[in-house]
Amino acid sequence: MLTESSGNYSWQRPHLIKNKNKRAIIYLLAAAYIIFTFISLKIDSQRIILGLSRSQKYFADFLRPDFISRWNSIVDGILESLTMTYVATVFGIIISIPFAFGAAENISPKPIYYLSRAVIVISRSFQEVVIAIFFVVVIGFGPMAGVLTLTFSSIGFLSKLLAEEIEDIDWTQVEAVKATGASWPQLMTYAILPQILPRFIGLSVYRLDINFRASAVIGVVGAGGIGTTLNAAFDRYEFDSASAILIVMIAIVLLGELFSSFIRKKIK
Amino acid sequence: MSKKDYNWQLKSTLRILKEILFWAAGIWLFIYCWNIISARTIWPFVYDGAEQGSKLLMRMFPPNWPYFIDLLRPIWDTITIATLGTLAAILLSLFVAFLAAENTSPHPLLRQLALLIIVTSRSVSSLIWAIILVIILGPGVLAGIIAISLRSVGFVSKLLYESIEEIDREQVEAVEATGASKFSALIYSVVPQVFPSFVGTAVYRWDINIRESTVVGLVGAGGIGLQLNEAILGLKWPDAIIIFMMILSLVLFSELFSAKIRKTLI
Repeated sequence: MLTESSGNYSWQRPHLIKNKNKRAIIYLLAAAYIIFTFISLKIDSQRIILGLSRSQKYFADFLRPDFISRWNSIVDGILESLTMTYVATVFGIIISIPFAFGAAENISPKPIYYLSRAVIVISRSFQEVVIAIFFVVVIGFGPMAGVLTLTFSSIGFLSKLLAEEIEDIDWTQVEAVKATGASWPQLMTYAILPQILPRFIGLSVYRLDINFRASAVIGVVGAGGIGTTLNAAFDRYEFDSASAILIVMIAIVLLGELFSSFIRKKIK
Repeated sequence: MSKKDYNWQLKSTLRILKEILFWAAGIWLFIYCWNIISARTIWPFVYDGAEQGSKLLMRMFPPNWPYFIDLLRPIWDTITIATLGTLAAILLSLFVAFLAAENTSPHPLLRQLALLIIVTSRSVSSLIWAIILVIILGPGVLAGIIAISLRSVGFVSKLLYESIEEIDREQVEAVEATGASKFSALIYSVVPQVFPSFVGTAVYRWDINIRESTVVGLVGAGGIGLQLNEAILGLKWPDAIIIFMMILSLVLFSELFSAKIRKTLI
C-alpha cells in the first residue's frame, strides 16, 4: 500500500487543471454536455441503413472516376475557378493594403482604426457561401458573383494578418532611415516595406490557395466555377463524374501547395 | 565602376529587370483572366447591382425580431455540429498524425496512406462532404457533424504531425533509457511535447468550424443554414437579417471564447 509519506512518494504526471475540485467540475460539465448532445441528435437509424444500402452503388461509382464523359465541362469549370481565384486574389490584395494600414494600431488614427477593424470583422465572420448567396441575389448567377465573394473574404483575411505584421515592425529601423532625412515615400520603401513584404507575399500565396478551394464551394449556390459543375454532377447522381472532379481538384490543390512552398522558400 | 562613385542600391539591375518581367507576366495574366470573366458576365445586372443591393437592405427592415426565438434551436444545433465534429476529428487525427509523422510512422506505406488522407480531407470543403453525406445518411445534424469532422481531420493531423516531427529526440531517449515500453515512451515523452500546440490547433479549428457549420445546413445537414436557405428562397428578408445577426454574434462569441481558452491553457 502506498502511503503519502515522503519516503515512498510516487511521481504522477501533472494534471492539466491543478485544482482538484475545479478539475472534477470541468470534466463533469464536459461529459454532461457530450452526453446531452448525443441524446438530442435524433439519429434515424433506419434511414441510415436504407441510405447505406442504397449508396453501395454510389461508393462503387466513386471508386471508378469517369473523366471522359464530362471532360469538357470539367476543364471549363476548372479554368473558370482558376481565373476567378486569380482575379479575386489580385483585387483582394490591392484593397486589403489600405485596410491593413488602417487597422494597424501603431500607425493609424483611432477613427480609421475602428472603421477598418469593423470591415475586417464583418468580412471574416461570414463563411464564403453566405457572402456568395448575397452577391448572387444582387448581381445574378455567374463568375462575377464569385469574384466579388472571394475578393470580399480575402480583404478581411489579408488585412487582419498584414495589420498584425505592421504592428510588429521594428521601429528603430524606421527611425534610422528617418534620421538620414528620408521623405515619406522613401521611408515606406526603405524602412517599412522591406519588413512586411516577405510575410505579405507569403500570405497572398496562401490566400490564393484558400480562394481556389473556396471557389469550388461557392459554385454550389450559383457563383460560378468548378462548384457549379460539381453540384450538377451531384444533382444527377453522377458520382463517377463527381469523383473525377474531386480528384482533379485535389491534384490542383497539391500543385498549388508545391508552388506556395517554393515561393515561400525563395523569399526567405 | 570605380569604388569612389559607387552608389548603394536596394536591388541590383538584374533583379530589377527580373521583377519587371514578373510584374508584366502577372498583369498580362490578370487582363487575360478578367476578359474571360467579363465575357461570362451579364453586365447590365452588375451595373444594377448597387441599386438592387440597397433595395435588398431596405427590404430587411424592420427586422422580424420575434423570429429570434425560433432560431435558438438551430443555433444550438450549429454549435453541436462544430463541437462534436471537432471532437471526432481530434480523435481520428491522433491516429492519422501518428502514422504520418516520419519519426513515429510504423511503415513508409502507411505514412503515404496517411498523407493521402490528409490531402483529400484538406482539399474538399465541408459543404461538399455534407452534400455527399446527406445523400447517404439523410438530412440532419449527424451528416453535418461527420462532414465537419472529415474536413477537419486533415487540418488537425497536418499541424499535429508537423509538431511531432519537430520534437526533441533526447527526451524520448531519456524516457526509453528508464526501460519504458514503446507506448509509455509515447505517453511520457512525445505527448507532453506536442500537447500545448495540439490544444491550440484544436481550439483554433473549433473556431473555424463554427463558421463552417453555419453553412452545412444549406444542403440539409442541420444547423442555422437550413433557416437561411428557407428565408432566402422564400424572400423573407426581415427573417434573413435576424439570421445574419445571429451568425455574426455566434462567430464573435466563438472567437472570444477560443482566444480565452488558448490563453489559459498555453
